[in-house]
Amino acid sequence: MIRHFTVNDLWFIVSALQWTLALSVIAFVGGGVFGLLVALARTSDNRWLRVASNGYIQLFQGTPLLMQLFLVFFGANVLGFNINPWIAAAIGLTFNASAFLGEIWRGCIQAVPRGQLEASSALGLKYVNMMRYVVLPQAFKIAVAPTVGFLVQLIKSTSLAAIIGFTELTRAGQIVNNATFRPFLVFGIVAGIYFILCWPLSALSGRLERAFVAASGR
Amino acid sequence: MDYTFQFRDVWNSFDELLWGAWLTVQLSASAMALGLMVAIVCAVGKTAGPRPVQFLVNAYIEIIRNTPFLIQIFIIFFGLPVIGMRLSSNQAALLAMVVNVGAYATEIIRAGIESIHKGQIEAGLALGLKWGQVFRYIVLKPSLKTVYPALTSQFILLMLSSSIVSAISAEELASAANNLQSRTFRSFEIYIVVTGMYLVLSLLFSTVFTVINRLAFSYPDRR
Repeated sequence: MIRHFTVNDLWFIVSALQWTLALSVIAFVGGGVFGLLVALARTSDNRWLRVASNGYIQLFQGTPLLMQLFLVFFGANVLGFNINPWIAAAIGLTFNASAFLGEIWRGCIQAVPRGQLEASSALGLKYVNMMRYVVLPQAFKIAVAPTVGFLVQLIKSTSLAAIIGFTELTRAGQIVNNATFRPFLVFGIVAGIYFILCWPLSALSGRLERAFVAASGR
Repeated sequence: MDYTFQFRDVWNSFDELLWGAWLTVQLSASAMALGLMVAIVCAVGKTAGPRPVQFLVNAYIEIIRNTPFLIQIFIIFFGLPVIGMRLSSNQAALLAMVVNVGAYATEIIRAGIESIHKGQIEAGLALGLKWGQVFRYIVLKPSLKTVYPALTSQFILLMLSSSIVSAISAEELASAANNLQSRTFRSFEIYIVVTGMYLVLSLLFSTVFTVINRLAFSYPDRR
């Protein structure tokens, strides 16, 4: 039975936005914490840490996110946990984000001039203080623009949670479209919502980047 | 953990997965080639076209870059038949991939074109080259050389995201995995093998891109 597209359908789609947002926030925060560890491991003096973190990054950047989500979803069952698509998506996206953010932030940490490290170790700072007071604050400035840019990619990636069956924005659109069969209208609205979320962030990222380039005179 | 891994079903049907991987290679390579053409046209439109063309190209880029690939696939696959364009799932998948990668590659190539100094073009014209020759040898080739690394990593991302077209059951590696999974229920075993295959594919593509780089762009320049 195909029925008409009503205000209720619109409301169903819009309210599914909260799950897209929740998923994005969790993956961004979780991915940020692990991503910082990955970036620090990637730039550390310990060779094994560098090799391991590099492998981690290559693994996640060299395989499709969809397969990663499937592996978390089915892999949890193998380990004996019965998890729902929501948790699987949150874990999968967190891992994925940590690899991408780790690689972005590695570049930012390495962009801090080497002399800063030498100066701070000459002043007797140990690794933790050196990172905390000298390197990371400077790397942070460099990292802001690409990190906001990655957030856009992350928000778009949450749509893949629909394929493993989690009802966020995209899946809500699919459900409504299956009932009303108005693909242009339904997916147009869904695309519009994603666009409203992502476009300001993209613009912000671009502006931050230009401001940074102008400020650093490069 | 009381789970016994059983890879037998996967190896028995490994032919299917290999065939799926081959389809992924074909699909991705076609989308890369067509997307590159779209991107070159759009990048020229954006840098040298009249205002309305620039506006249209910008709108195309912003819309594609700020919406998920999956939604783009749905609009093309479910939306186009409504206005009378009936596409098979593989045609829809290819179209979606071309449209998607075209937008990203346009921005990359535009950056390349903008890196060409105006004096180069004037020098080319002064030497008596035709407009087409100036564009091909002085604008396009050096800009592609400049942006080659960014372009190829975008292409590899495209190959990886081609797994998403399995959502409309287009035939490629991920959907071969899904079919096998629904027959045998060895989900984890199948997806771990297929993930490994994607990893090999991305290494393969990056090797091919390195070779192409050597063959096409190994002329000396002064930069």
